[in-house]
Amino acid sequence: MFWQGKRRCYLLYEHQAEHMTDFSTISSERTKPLDFFVSVLGLLVLWQGIVWITGVPKYILPGPVLVFHAFVDNVGLIAEHSLVTITEVLVGLLLGTSFGVVTALCLTVSALARRFLMPIMVISQIVPVFALAPMLTLWLGYGIASKIAMTLLIIYFPVTSSFYDGLKSTPPGYLDLARTMNAGRYRTLFQIQMPAALPSLASGLRLAAVYAPIGAVIGEWVGASNGLGYLMLLANGRVKIDLMFAALIALCVFTILLRALIGYLSDRADSWAAGRDYTG
Amino acid sequence: MSKPHSPFDVHLRGSFRFDQQILFQSLDFSLSSGEWTCLIGVSGAGKSTLLRLLAGLETGGSFDGAITTSDQSALSGRVAYMAQSDLLLPWRSVSDNIALGHRLRGQALDEDRLKDLINRVGLSEHEHKKPAALSGGMRQRAALARTLLEDTPVVLLDEPFSALDARTRSSMQELSFELLQGKTVLLVTHDPSEAVRLGSRLYEVTDQGLQEHQIPASQPIRNIDDPDVLARQAALLLALRTSS
Repeated sequence: MFWQGKRRCYLLYEHQAEHMTDFSTISSERTKPLDFFVSVLGLLVLWQGIVWITGVPKYILPGPVLVFHAFVDNVGLIAEHSLVTITEVLVGLLLGTSFGVVTALCLTVSALARRFLMPIMVISQIVPVFALAPMLTLWLGYGIASKIAMTLLIIYFPVTSSFYDGLKSTPPGYLDLARTMNAGRYRTLFQIQMPAALPSLASGLRLAAVYAPIGAVIGEWVGASNGLGYLMLLANGRVKIDLMFAALIALCVFTILLRALIGYLSDRADSWAAGRDYTG
Repeated sequence: MSKPHSPFDVHLRGSFRFDQQILFQSLDFSLSSGEWTCLIGVSGAGKSTLLRLLAGLETGGSFDGAITTSDQSALSGRVAYMAQSDLLLPWRSVSDNIALGHRLRGQALDEDRLKDLINRVGLSEHEHKKPAALSGGMRQRAALARTLLEDTPVVLLDEPFSALDARTRSSMQELSFELLQGKTVLLVTHDPSEAVRLGSRLYEVTDQGLQEHQIPASQPIRNIDDPDVLARQAALLLALRTSS
Protein backbone atom coordinates (compact mmCIF):
# COMPACT_ATOMS: atom_id res chain seq x y z
CA MET A 1 0.00 0.00 0.00
CA PHE A 2 1.29 3.43 -0.92
CA TRP A 3 -0.12 4.87 2.30
CA GLN A 4 1.76 2.31 4.40
CA GLY A 5 5.00 3.08 2.57
CA LYS A 6 4.46 6.79 3.09
CA ARG A 7 3.64 6.25 6.75
CA ARG A 8 6.84 4.22 7.19
CA CYS A 9 8.77 7.05 5.54
CA TYR A 10 7.36 9.58 7.97
CA LEU A 11 8.03 7.27 10.93
CA LEU A 12 11.63 6.96 9.83
CA TYR A 13 11.89 10.71 9.45
CA GLU A 14 10.35 11.27 12.88
CA HIS A 15 12.71 8.69 14.39
CA GLN A 16 15.75 10.33 12.85
CA ALA A 17 14.62 13.79 13.86
CA GLU A 18 14.06 12.57 17.43
CA HIS A 19 17.48 10.92 17.51
CA MET A 20 19.13 14.08 16.25
CA THR A 21 17.27 16.25 18.73
CA ASP A 22 18.59 14.09 21.55
CA PHE A 23 22.13 14.33 20.20
CA SER A 24 21.85 18.06 19.69
CA THR A 25 20.79 18.44 23.31
CA ILE A 26 24.06 16.78 24.39
CA SER A 27 25.91 18.83 21.79
CA SER A 28 24.46 22.08 23.14
CA GLU A 29 25.50 21.38 26.75
CA ARG A 30 27.85 24.07 27.95
CA THR A 31 31.24 23.13 29.34
CA LYS A 32 33.17 25.42 31.64
CA PRO A 33 36.74 26.12 30.40
CA LEU A 34 38.31 24.84 33.63
CA ASP A 35 36.28 21.60 33.54
CA PHE A 36 37.30 21.14 29.92
CA PHE A 37 40.97 21.73 30.71
CA VAL A 38 40.90 19.27 33.63
CA SER A 39 39.15 16.62 31.49
CA VAL A 40 41.70 16.95 28.66
CA LEU A 41 44.59 16.86 31.12
CA GLY A 42 43.10 13.74 32.75
CA LEU A 43 42.75 12.08 29.35
CA LEU A 44 46.39 12.86 28.47
CA VAL A 45 47.62 11.50 31.80
CA LEU A 46 45.54 8.34 31.31
CA TRP A 47 46.88 7.95 27.76
CA GLN A 48 50.54 8.35 28.86
CA GLY A 49 49.89 6.04 31.82
CA ILE A 50 48.54 3.26 29.53
CA VAL A 51 51.60 3.63 27.28
CA TRP A 52 53.99 3.39 30.24
CA ILE A 53 52.18 0.57 32.03
CA THR A 54 51.54 -1.65 28.99
CA GLY A 55 54.81 -0.85 27.22
CA VAL A 56 52.93 -0.84 23.92
CA PRO A 57 55.27 -0.07 20.94
CA LYS A 58 55.24 3.51 19.65
CA TYR A 59 54.19 2.34 16.15
CA ILE A 60 50.95 1.02 17.75
CA LEU A 61 50.25 3.76 20.30
CA PRO A 62 52.69 6.63 20.79
CA GLY A 63 52.36 8.56 24.04
CA PRO A 64 51.23 12.19 24.11
CA VAL A 65 54.78 13.40 24.66
CA LEU A 66 55.93 11.76 21.41
CA VAL A 67 52.86 13.11 19.62
CA PHE A 68 53.67 16.60 20.89
CA HIS A 69 57.21 16.31 19.51
CA ALA A 70 55.84 15.09 16.15
CA PHE A 71 53.48 18.06 16.12
CA VAL A 72 56.29 20.57 16.76
CA ASP A 73 58.59 18.91 14.18
CA ASN A 74 55.87 18.93 11.49
CA VAL A 75 54.00 22.10 12.37
CA GLY A 76 54.42 23.58 8.86
CA LEU A 77 53.18 20.41 7.17
CA ILE A 78 50.21 20.08 9.54
CA ALA A 79 49.31 23.76 9.07
CA GLU A 80 49.39 23.39 5.29
CA HIS A 81 47.04 20.39 5.33
CA SER A 82 44.87 21.94 8.07
CA LEU A 83 44.24 24.95 5.86
CA VAL A 84 42.79 22.67 3.17
CA THR A 85 40.53 20.83 5.62
CA ILE A 86 39.43 24.08 7.29
CA THR A 87 38.49 25.53 3.89
CA GLU A 88 36.48 22.40 3.02
CA VAL A 89 34.68 22.45 6.36
CA LEU A 90 33.85 26.17 6.33
CA VAL A 91 32.67 26.23 2.71
CA GLY A 92 30.68 22.99 3.24
CA LEU A 93 29.18 24.39 6.43
CA LEU A 94 28.16 27.61 4.70
CA LEU A 95 26.64 25.84 1.70
CA GLY A 96 24.99 23.09 3.78
CA THR A 97 23.44 25.67 6.11
CA SER A 98 22.24 27.79 3.19
CA PHE A 99 20.67 24.82 1.37
CA GLY A 100 19.20 23.53 4.65
CA VAL A 101 17.62 26.89 5.49
CA VAL A 102 16.19 27.32 1.98
CA THR A 103 14.81 23.75 1.99
CA ALA A 104 13.17 24.24 5.40
CA LEU A 105 11.55 27.47 4.17
CA CYS A 106 10.28 25.72 1.02
CA LEU A 107 8.85 22.87 3.11
CA THR A 108 7.09 25.41 5.34
CA VAL A 109 5.43 27.47 2.61
CA SER A 110 4.74 24.88 -0.06
CA ALA A 111 2.47 21.85 0.24
CA LEU A 112 3.94 20.64 -3.05
CA ALA A 113 7.45 20.76 -1.59
CA ARG A 114 6.27 18.84 1.49
CA ARG A 115 4.67 16.24 -0.74
CA PHE A 116 7.62 15.62 -3.02
CA LEU A 117 10.71 16.94 -1.23
CA MET A 118 10.11 15.25 2.13
CA PRO A 119 10.27 11.66 0.74
CA ILE A 120 13.47 12.57 -1.15
CA MET A 121 14.98 13.89 2.07
CA VAL A 122 14.02 10.70 3.90
CA ILE A 123 15.47 8.55 1.11
CA SER A 124 18.66 10.63 1.17
CA GLN A 125 19.03 9.68 4.83
CA ILE A 126 18.45 5.98 4.18
CA VAL A 127 21.58 5.93 1.98
CA PRO A 128 24.59 6.19 4.34
CA VAL A 129 26.31 9.44 3.47
CA PHE A 130 29.73 7.77 3.95
CA ALA A 131 28.91 5.31 1.16
CA LEU A 132 28.49 8.25 -1.23
CA ALA A 133 32.08 9.44 -0.74
CA PRO A 134 33.64 7.24 -3.48
CA MET A 135 30.97 8.36 -5.95
CA LEU A 136 31.46 12.02 -5.06
CA THR A 137 35.18 11.60 -5.66
CA LEU A 138 34.43 9.92 -8.99
CA TRP A 139 32.08 12.69 -10.07
CA LEU A 140 33.80 15.75 -8.62
CA GLY A 141 37.43 14.62 -8.67
CA TYR A 142 40.19 14.41 -6.07
CA GLY A 143 40.16 18.13 -5.38
CA ILE A 144 38.36 20.18 -2.76
CA ALA A 145 34.92 20.00 -4.45
CA SER A 146 34.14 16.39 -3.50
CA LYS A 147 35.05 17.08 0.17
CA ILE A 148 32.87 20.18 0.26
CA ALA A 149 30.02 18.13 -1.23
CA MET A 150 30.54 15.45 1.43
CA THR A 151 30.52 18.05 4.21
CA LEU A 152 27.44 19.68 2.74
CA LEU A 153 25.59 16.34 2.56
CA ILE A 154 26.43 15.33 6.10
CA ILE A 155 25.10 18.55 7.67
CA TYR A 156 22.23 19.21 5.26
CA PHE A 157 19.71 16.95 7.00
CA PRO A 158 20.32 18.05 10.63
CA VAL A 159 20.14 21.73 9.62
CA THR A 160 17.02 21.28 7.48
CA SER A 161 15.29 19.03 9.99
CA SER A 162 15.94 21.24 13.02
CA PHE A 163 15.01 24.51 11.28
CA TYR A 164 11.88 22.99 9.72
CA ASP A 165 10.84 21.65 13.15
CA GLY A 166 11.28 25.16 14.53
CA LEU A 167 9.27 26.75 11.72
CA LYS A 168 6.46 24.21 12.24
CA SER A 169 6.43 24.85 15.97
CA THR A 170 5.66 28.58 15.91
CA PRO A 171 3.34 29.23 18.86
CA PRO A 172 -0.18 29.07 17.35
CA GLY A 173 -1.17 32.25 19.21
CA TYR A 174 1.36 34.26 17.16
CA LEU A 175 -0.10 32.88 13.94
CA ASP A 176 -3.67 33.61 15.10
CA LEU A 177 -2.64 37.17 15.89
CA ALA A 178 -1.00 37.57 12.47
CA ARG A 179 -4.13 36.20 10.80
CA THR A 180 -6.44 38.67 12.56
CA MET A 181 -4.02 41.43 11.54
CA ASN A 182 -4.39 40.38 7.87
CA ALA A 183 -0.66 39.76 7.67
CA GLY A 184 0.87 38.60 4.40
CA ARG A 185 2.08 34.97 4.25
CA TYR A 186 5.72 35.91 3.67
CA ARG A 187 5.77 38.74 6.19
CA THR A 188 4.47 36.27 8.80
CA LEU A 189 7.19 33.83 7.76
CA PHE A 190 10.04 36.35 7.90
CA GLN A 191 8.91 38.47 10.84
CA ILE A 192 7.40 35.82 13.13
CA GLN A 193 8.14 32.23 12.13
CA MET A 194 11.82 32.63 11.27
CA PRO A 195 12.85 34.55 14.40
CA ALA A 196 10.82 32.12 16.54
CA ALA A 197 12.62 29.18 14.87
CA LEU A 198 16.14 30.58 15.40
CA PRO A 199 16.81 28.52 18.57
CA SER A 200 15.92 25.34 16.64
CA LEU A 201 18.23 26.34 13.79
CA ALA A 202 20.94 27.04 16.37
CA SER A 203 20.52 23.46 17.70
CA GLY A 204 21.01 22.12 14.18
CA LEU A 205 24.10 24.29 13.67
CA ARG A 206 25.67 23.08 16.92
CA LEU A 207 25.29 19.56 15.59
CA ALA A 208 26.54 20.59 12.14
CA ALA A 209 29.72 22.07 13.67
CA VAL A 210 30.59 18.61 15.02
CA TYR A 211 29.54 16.69 11.89
CA ALA A 212 31.13 18.93 9.25
CA PRO A 213 34.81 17.99 9.93
CA ILE A 214 33.82 14.30 9.88
CA GLY A 215 32.41 14.79 6.36
CA ALA A 216 35.53 16.53 5.10
CA VAL A 217 37.93 13.94 6.56
CA ILE A 218 35.94 11.00 5.19
CA GLY A 219 36.07 12.67 1.78
CA GLU A 220 39.84 13.00 2.14
CA TRP A 221 40.23 9.36 3.17
CA VAL A 222 38.48 8.18 0.02
CA GLY A 223 40.65 10.14 -2.36
CA ALA A 224 42.70 13.28 -1.90
CA SER A 225 46.17 14.73 -2.21
CA ASN A 226 45.71 17.31 0.54
CA GLY A 227 44.04 17.78 3.91
CA LEU A 228 44.35 16.34 7.41
CA GLY A 229 42.52 13.11 6.45
CA TYR A 230 45.01 12.57 3.64
CA LEU A 231 47.94 13.35 5.98
CA MET A 232 46.64 10.82 8.52
CA LEU A 233 46.42 8.09 5.88
CA LEU A 234 49.87 8.99 4.55
CA ALA A 235 51.42 8.94 8.03
CA ASN A 236 49.70 5.63 8.79
CA GLY A 237 51.07 4.07 5.60
CA ARG A 238 54.58 5.13 6.57
CA VAL A 239 54.10 3.91 10.15
CA LYS A 240 54.49 7.48 11.46
CA ILE A 241 51.78 6.95 14.02
CA ASP A 242 52.93 9.93 16.09
CA LEU A 243 52.37 12.20 13.05
CA MET A 244 48.99 10.56 12.46
CA PHE A 245 48.00 11.37 16.04
CA ALA A 246 49.38 14.92 15.67
CA ALA A 247 47.16 15.44 12.59
CA LEU A 248 44.21 13.96 14.48
CA ILE A 249 44.80 16.33 17.39
CA ALA A 250 45.00 19.29 14.99
CA LEU A 251 41.61 18.19 13.62
CA CYS A 252 40.19 17.91 17.16
CA VAL A 253 41.47 21.37 18.12
CA PHE A 254 39.90 22.87 14.99
CA THR A 255 36.58 21.06 15.64
CA ILE A 256 36.53 22.29 19.23
CA LEU A 257 37.23 25.88 18.14
CA LEU A 258 34.56 25.66 15.42
CA ARG A 259 32.07 24.18 17.90
CA ALA A 260 32.89 26.96 20.39
CA LEU A 261 32.42 29.69 17.76
CA ILE A 262 29.12 28.26 16.53
CA GLY A 263 28.04 27.62 20.12
CA TYR A 264 28.73 31.29 20.94
CA LEU A 265 26.80 32.53 17.89
CA SER A 266 23.95 30.09 18.65
CA ASP A 267 23.77 31.24 22.27
CA ARG A 268 23.55 34.85 21.03
CA ALA A 269 20.75 33.83 18.66
CA ASP A 270 18.91 32.03 21.51
CA SER A 271 19.20 35.11 23.75
CA TRP A 272 18.00 37.42 20.97
CA ALA A 273 14.98 35.22 20.20
CA ALA A 274 14.07 35.08 23.90
CA GLY A 275 14.49 38.85 24.27
CA ARG A 276 17.22 38.42 26.88
CA ASP A 277 20.60 40.08 27.11
CA TYR A 278 23.42 37.68 26.26
CA THR A 279 25.22 36.82 29.48
CA GLY A 280 27.88 34.49 28.06
CA MET B 1 -6.14 60.74 15.29
CA SER B 2 -7.94 57.70 13.91
CA LYS B 3 -11.02 58.21 11.78
CA PRO B 4 -14.34 57.29 13.46
CA HIS B 5 -16.06 54.08 12.36
CA SER B 6 -19.72 53.87 11.38
CA PRO B 7 -21.45 51.80 14.02
CA PHE B 8 -22.73 48.35 13.08
CA ASP B 9 -24.05 45.25 14.82
CA VAL B 10 -22.63 41.78 14.25
CA HIS B 11 -24.87 38.70 13.91
CA LEU B 12 -23.86 35.10 14.06
CA ARG B 13 -26.48 32.54 13.06
CA GLY B 14 -25.94 28.84 12.46
CA SER B 15 -24.82 25.54 13.90
CA PHE B 16 -21.38 24.33 14.83
CA ARG B 17 -20.09 20.80 15.22
CA PHE B 18 -16.89 18.98 16.10
CA ASP B 19 -16.84 15.79 14.00
CA GLN B 20 -20.32 14.38 14.63
CA GLN B 21 -20.91 16.17 17.92
CA ILE B 22 -23.04 19.30 17.78
CA LEU B 23 -21.67 22.11 19.95
CA PHE B 24 -24.22 24.78 18.97
CA GLN B 25 -27.54 24.14 17.27
CA SER B 26 -29.39 27.03 15.58
CA LEU B 27 -27.43 29.66 17.40
CA ASP B 28 -28.56 33.26 17.03
CA PHE B 29 -26.13 35.66 18.63
CA SER B 30 -25.58 39.39 18.20
CA LEU B 31 -23.00 41.92 19.26
CA SER B 32 -24.55 45.36 19.66
CA SER B 33 -22.59 48.27 18.27
CA GLY B 34 -20.46 50.15 20.78
CA GLU B 35 -21.27 47.78 23.66
CA TRP B 36 -19.41 45.17 25.69
CA THR B 37 -20.96 41.72 25.35
CA CYS B 38 -19.65 39.14 27.80
CA LEU B 39 -19.61 35.37 27.31
CA ILE B 40 -19.20 33.26 30.41
CA GLY B 41 -19.35 29.52 30.96
CA VAL B 42 -17.49 26.47 32.14
CA SER B 43 -14.30 25.33 30.40
CA GLY B 44 -15.01 23.52 27.14
CA ALA B 45 -18.48 25.07 26.75
CA GLY B 46 -17.46 26.72 23.48
CA LYS B 47 -16.90 30.37 24.44
CA SER B 48 -13.55 30.64 22.72
CA THR B 49 -14.88 28.73 19.71
CA LEU B 50 -17.54 31.42 19.23
CA LEU B 51 -14.90 34.11 19.51
CA ARG B 52 -12.61 32.33 17.06
CA LEU B 53 -15.48 31.99 14.58
CA LEU B 54 -16.01 35.74 14.71
CA ALA B 55 -12.26 36.34 14.36
CA GLY B 56 -12.10 34.09 11.31
CA LEU B 57 -9.63 31.76 13.02
CA GLU B 58 -9.30 27.99 12.79
CA THR B 59 -11.73 26.24 15.16
CA GLY B 60 -11.13 22.58 14.34
CA GLY B 61 -14.86 22.06 13.66
CA SER B 62 -17.36 22.96 10.97
CA PHE B 63 -19.70 25.95 11.04
CA ASP B 64 -22.89 25.86 9.04
CA GLY B 65 -24.29 29.37 9.05
CA ALA B 66 -23.37 32.99 8.45
CA ILE B 67 -21.70 35.89 10.19
CA THR B 68 -23.23 39.14 8.98
CA THR B 69 -23.13 42.82 9.91
CA SER B 70 -25.85 45.46 9.96
CA ASP B 71 -23.90 47.56 7.42
CA GLN B 72 -23.79 44.57 5.02
CA SER B 73 -19.96 44.68 4.80
CA ALA B 74 -17.75 41.72 5.62
CA LEU B 75 -16.53 41.50 9.21
CA SER B 76 -13.11 40.25 8.07
CA GLY B 77 -10.45 42.93 8.40
CA ARG B 78 -12.49 44.90 10.96
CA VAL B 79 -11.65 42.77 13.99
CA ALA B 80 -8.83 43.04 16.52
CA TYR B 81 -7.98 40.13 18.80
CA MET B 82 -6.47 40.01 22.26
CA ALA B 83 -5.80 36.69 23.95
CA GLN B 84 -5.15 35.45 27.48
CA SER B 85 -1.46 35.33 26.70
CA ASP B 86 -0.11 38.73 25.70
CA LEU B 87 1.44 37.24 22.51
CA LEU B 88 4.22 39.82 22.53
CA LEU B 89 7.13 38.73 20.35
CA PRO B 90 10.10 38.39 22.75
CA TRP B 91 12.69 39.60 20.23
CA ARG B 92 10.89 42.88 19.50
CA SER B 93 10.79 45.99 21.66
CA VAL B 94 7.53 47.11 23.26
CA SER B 95 6.92 49.80 20.61
CA ASP B 96 7.75 47.37 17.77
CA ASN B 97 5.30 44.88 19.26
CA ILE B 98 2.59 47.51 19.47
CA ALA B 99 3.17 48.39 15.81
CA LEU B 100 3.24 44.71 14.76
CA GLY B 101 0.05 44.85 12.67
CA HIS B 102 1.38 47.68 10.52
CA ARG B 103 4.71 45.91 10.05
CA LEU B 104 2.99 42.66 9.07
CA ARG B 105 0.81 44.43 6.51
CA GLY B 106 3.66 46.60 5.24
CA GLN B 107 1.64 49.73 6.12
CA ALA B 108 3.02 53.14 6.96
CA LEU B 109 2.76 53.90 10.65
CA ASP B 110 1.62 57.14 12.26
CA GLU B 111 4.47 57.54 14.75
CA ASP B 112 2.62 60.28 16.70
CA ARG B 113 -0.35 58.00 17.20
CA LEU B 114 1.94 55.19 18.32
CA LYS B 115 3.63 57.49 20.87
CA ASP B 116 0.24 58.72 22.08
CA LEU B 117 -1.03 55.17 22.60
CA ILE B 118 2.14 54.10 24.40
CA ASN B 119 1.68 57.13 26.64
CA ARG B 120 -1.99 56.34 27.28
CA VAL B 121 -1.21 52.82 28.46
CA GLY B 122 1.59 54.20 30.66
CA LEU B 123 4.53 52.53 28.91
CA SER B 124 6.44 55.62 27.73
CA GLU B 125 9.43 54.78 29.87
CA HIS B 126 9.48 51.18 28.68
CA GLU B 127 8.89 51.48 24.93
CA HIS B 128 12.42 50.39 24.01
CA LYS B 129 12.50 47.46 26.43
CA LYS B 130 11.92 43.85 25.45
CA PRO B 131 8.78 42.13 26.83
CA ALA B 132 10.91 39.91 29.11
CA ALA B 133 11.81 43.05 31.10
CA LEU B 134 8.14 43.91 31.83
CA SER B 135 5.74 42.75 34.53
CA GLY B 136 2.61 40.76 33.62
CA GLY B 137 0.41 43.85 33.90
CA MET B 138 2.74 45.95 31.74
CA ARG B 139 2.85 43.24 29.09
CA GLN B 140 -0.93 43.10 28.99
CA ARG B 141 -1.04 46.90 28.67
CA ALA B 142 1.31 46.61 25.69
CA ALA B 143 -1.03 44.00 24.20
CA LEU B 144 -3.94 46.38 24.75
CA ALA B 145 -2.07 49.19 22.97
CA ARG B 146 -1.33 46.81 20.08
CA THR B 147 -5.07 46.00 19.87
CA LEU B 148 -5.97 49.70 19.95
CA LEU B 149 -3.46 50.63 17.26
CA GLU B 150 -5.28 48.24 14.93
CA ASP B 151 -8.16 50.72 15.22
CA THR B 152 -10.86 48.23 14.28
CA PRO B 153 -14.52 48.76 15.23
CA VAL B 154 -14.82 45.24 16.71
CA VAL B 155 -12.52 43.96 19.44
CA LEU B 156 -12.51 40.32 20.57
CA LEU B 157 -11.02 39.68 24.01
CA ASP B 158 -10.34 36.05 24.95
CA GLU B 159 -9.83 35.98 28.74
CA PRO B 160 -7.28 38.80 28.47
CA PHE B 161 -7.03 39.47 32.21
CA SER B 162 -7.25 35.94 33.61
CA ALA B 163 -3.51 35.50 34.17
CA LEU B 164 -3.18 38.75 36.16
CA ASP B 165 -3.29 39.21 39.91
CA ALA B 166 -6.51 40.68 41.35
CA ARG B 167 -5.26 44.26 41.68
CA THR B 168 -3.68 44.41 38.21
CA ARG B 169 -6.76 42.73 36.73
CA SER B 170 -9.06 45.35 38.21
CA SER B 171 -6.98 48.26 36.90
CA MET B 172 -6.63 46.59 33.47
CA GLN B 173 -10.42 46.24 33.30
CA GLU B 174 -10.78 49.96 33.96
CA LEU B 175 -8.07 50.96 31.48
CA SER B 176 -9.44 48.68 28.76
CA PHE B 177 -12.98 49.96 29.25
CA GLU B 178 -11.80 53.55 29.03
CA LEU B 179 -9.63 53.01 25.93
CA LEU B 180 -12.13 50.80 24.10
CA GLN B 181 -14.97 53.34 24.39
CA GLY B 182 -17.14 53.28 21.26
CA LYS B 183 -15.85 49.88 20.13
CA THR B 184 -17.99 46.77 19.85
CA VAL B 185 -16.37 44.38 22.29
CA LEU B 186 -16.84 40.66 22.89
CA LEU B 187 -15.25 39.55 26.16
CA VAL B 188 -14.85 35.85 26.91
CA THR B 189 -14.28 35.34 30.62
CA HIS B 190 -14.45 32.80 33.43
CA ASP B 191 -14.89 35.48 36.04
CA PRO B 192 -18.48 36.41 37.07
CA SER B 193 -17.23 39.60 38.72
CA GLU B 194 -15.54 40.74 35.50
CA ALA B 195 -18.59 39.92 33.38
CA VAL B 196 -21.01 41.76 35.68
CA ARG B 197 -18.69 44.73 35.97
CA LEU B 198 -18.04 45.25 32.26
CA GLY B 199 -20.92 43.77 30.30
CA SER B 200 -23.82 45.63 28.69
CA ARG B 201 -25.06 42.18 27.76
CA LEU B 202 -24.16 38.94 29.42
CA TYR B 203 -24.57 35.42 28.03
CA GLU B 204 -23.79 32.09 29.59
CA VAL B 205 -22.69 29.38 27.18
CA THR B 206 -24.46 26.11 28.10
CA ASP B 207 -25.19 22.76 26.45
CA GLN B 208 -28.52 24.18 25.35
CA GLY B 209 -26.98 27.21 23.70
CA LEU B 210 -26.70 30.78 24.95
CA GLN B 211 -28.62 31.86 28.00
CA GLU B 212 -28.86 35.59 28.65
CA HIS B 213 -28.42 36.78 32.23
CA GLN B 214 -29.64 40.01 33.76
CA ILE B 215 -27.10 42.71 34.39
CA PRO B 216 -27.24 45.53 36.95
CA ALA B 217 -29.25 48.61 36.00
CA SER B 218 -26.22 50.90 36.22
CA GLN B 219 -23.98 51.57 33.24
CA PRO B 220 -20.60 49.85 32.93
CA ILE B 221 -17.96 50.08 34.11
CA ARG B 222 -19.57 49.31 37.45
CA ASN B 223 -18.14 49.73 40.93
CA ILE B 224 -16.86 46.53 42.48
CA ASP B 225 -18.63 47.26 45.78
CA ASP B 226 -22.00 48.25 44.24
CA PRO B 227 -24.58 46.07 46.11
CA ASP B 228 -26.42 45.31 42.86
CA VAL B 229 -23.16 44.25 41.18
CA LEU B 230 -22.34 42.00 44.13
CA ALA B 231 -25.81 40.47 44.10
CA ARG B 232 -25.72 39.81 40.30
CA GLN B 233 -22.25 38.39 40.63
CA ALA B 234 -23.42 35.96 43.33
CA ALA B 235 -26.49 35.01 41.28
CA LEU B 236 -24.33 34.39 38.23
CA LEU B 237 -21.91 32.23 40.19
CA LEU B 238 -24.82 30.19 41.56
CA ALA B 239 -26.22 29.80 38.05
CA LEU B 240 -22.83 28.62 36.76
CA ARG B 241 -22.58 26.08 39.56
CA THR B 242 -25.96 24.57 38.78
CA SER B 243 -25.94 24.78 34.98
CA SER B 244 -24.88 21.82 32.86
